[in-house]
Amino acid sequence: MSTEIYNEGPVVHEPAFIDGHSVEIPTLKILNQDGDVYAGAEMPDIDKALAVKTYEALAFHRVLDERMIAAQRQGRISFYMAALGEEATSVGAAAGLKDADMFIGQYREQGALIFRGFALEDFMNQMFSNEKDLGKGRQMPIHYGSNALNYMTISSPLGTQIPQAAGYAYGQRLQGKDEVTICFFGEGAASEGDFHAGLNMAAVHGAPCIFFCRNNGYAISTPADEQFKGNGIASRGVGYGIKTIRIDGNDILAVIKATQWAREYALKENAPVIIEAMSYRLGAHSTSDDPSGYRTKEEEAKWHEHDPILRMKNWMLKQNWWSEAQEETLFDKLREEVLAAVKVAEKIDKPPVEDLVTDVYDTVPEHLEKQLQALKTHIKKYPEAYPFTAGRIK
Amino acid sequence: MAQMNLLQAINNALDIAMAEDDSTMCFGEDVGHFGGVFRATSGLQEKYGNNRCFNTPLVEQGIIGFANGLAAQGSRPIAEIQFADYIFPAFDQIVNESAKFRYRSGNEFNVGRLTIRTPYGGGIAGGLYHSQSPEAYFAHTPGLKVVVPRNPYQAKGLLLAAIRDDNPVIFFEPKRLYRASIGEVPEEDYQLPLGKAEVTQQGSDISLLAWGAQMEIIEKAAEMAQADGISCEIIDLRSILPWDVETIANSVRKTGRLLISHEAPITAGFAGEISATIQQECFLSLESPIARVCGVDTPYPLSLEKEHMADHLKVYEAIKASINY
Repeated sequence: MSTEIYNEGPVVHEPAFIDGHSVEIPTLKILNQDGDVYAGAEMPDIDKALAVKTYEALAFHRVLDERMIAAQRQGRISFYMAALGEEATSVGAAAGLKDADMFIGQYREQGALIFRGFALEDFMNQMFSNEKDLGKGRQMPIHYGSNALNYMTISSPLGTQIPQAAGYAYGQRLQGKDEVTICFFGEGAASEGDFHAGLNMAAVHGAPCIFFCRNNGYAISTPADEQFKGNGIASRGVGYGIKTIRIDGNDILAVIKATQWAREYALKENAPVIIEAMSYRLGAHSTSDDPSGYRTKEEEAKWHEHDPILRMKNWMLKQNWWSEAQEETLFDKLREEVLAAVKVAEKIDKPPVEDLVTDVYDTVPEHLEKQLQALKTHIKKYPEAYPFTAGRIK
Repeated sequence: MAQMNLLQAINNALDIAMAEDDSTMCFGEDVGHFGGVFRATSGLQEKYGNNRCFNTPLVEQGIIGFANGLAAQGSRPIAEIQFADYIFPAFDQIVNESAKFRYRSGNEFNVGRLTIRTPYGGGIAGGLYHSQSPEAYFAHTPGLKVVVPRNPYQAKGLLLAAIRDDNPVIFFEPKRLYRASIGEVPEEDYQLPLGKAEVTQQGSDISLLAWGAQMEIIEKAAEMAQADGISCEIIDLRSILPWDVETIANSVRKTGRLLISHEAPITAGFAGEISATIQQECFLSLESPIARVCGVDTPYPLSLEKEHMADHLKVYEAIKASINY
């Protein structure tokens, strides 16, 4: 027990205010846009197999996003969220972790699921909210989740996952597991009260949790400079007494390096880490959004030059771990596969009416069972009004 | 008169409120330059400056706490919560602060100038977190007023009344109707009364009561019932808190039957409160049990949205069951 303040500093006899921007935060960069490693850069632990797997996940991510935005425009799915320009954050983080580590995303982290091998059909079934969706068709597209892949089901409310991640990691620690939890959130969600609650609790209780901020510059239309006045999100780590690093989020090697380091530290020290990955949301917030109402094409063009996937490709080519021929084959194959998977998933039935009332509780309580029976009777009377479920009611 | 959709009517009301009082402010997530994700505050920053219409950080408890402070100080804050589904981080500020500011201080301080606007409701493929109708949580909180408009004309008149009312008001906007509901709206200033229901159609066999987007549903059911020779009286409650017992009771004394329909799940929905009061007021006039047609007691689902909703067919069936009781 102690009531002392860490690193108290000298006693002074005239006011000595600390400037709000006095903490200078370095940015880790390992790979430049041409695919060259900076001189003296400390490489992550990565071999050809991991590099190829990571690159293929990035490619899958880009193709999936492109195709599903198109599918949304064609009216085949109701909604989509792409991660154009910031794919390296979630893919790189997954590549820097073990598959047993819990991944708790915000909503734009499909890259981690891709890396962990979530099947294309599983993505499709969720987006088409059909009866094969693991989430039983209950949530909007992109709200994936997989217990088998240690990927917590996405929840739309912002920031709620942050204190949950602290608790999850604390549980892992107490059960002596060699696992950490990683928690993703945006710089906008870091304004939520839950962010502050989660960071403080993780620090106080020694939770082996990696808080990974995708600082992509925008919360829907709100730019970062209208979101906070501090030195990014990283500066807050200092306030909570948490080990903190800022990285170039479009540099996959920096993402992997920082995540590998954070994982080791979190496990060894039983303490959280914050990674602030600087990136840019090149696409719209979602298919319901149009960025032309709040930012310029010139601003976007600048960031197209920092494409994280092209950067990794350039590096892979220079390593002789990848070729243009492989590139073409891979992208062609992915485009065909995604298109074919769309056609399959959209023909699969919607969930049966029984799925309306399951999982509200562990078992269906009597009052809900009664409501279900009344609903079935009603649907049988008006089958044409409930085309997804009417045909399958006995 | 002008043709306006519900969003334009709200925007117009906000414009009038900001023009008449320099201390009136509109703020919330994406509310400033962009004009809100639904564009309800479109053009207001250009017109009134970014000191009075602005983006806030992404923190609902902060938005309402900030608004409480402004209202206590004497300004007139109109805070937007982007979706009613996201109002819960601000629950403490609303329930423990906005609602109790006046009472706990013996009226030394109050936040009566506060208005909270928020889009609510389903039927838009929004799934769990873009579909909820949380009015009943707030109806359980003395000190708040809760208002829900059904169309553009109502939205403008009720919102202006809410902004000028000297009590904190939560104004739930039916987002399914934002662009779908279009009607004649006077361009000049007018108010509609808070706490007063409106009988929108006279009838003799059964009273149908709803609010917000659910009004369309009961109107459609009433048309179907009309074809069967059933005469429905239709009432828009408009204010959930305080609510107009007298108008509902008078109607039920006339028709002898009441059906209440809301989007929110049935258990502990506001229809339960109305039923209890009306059976107390009208016990001897009732010819059948008060019927409630509401959402199923589950979170709001995506693919089974149609099944979950209290649609016109379910209301129609309940009308017939009440008549044939």
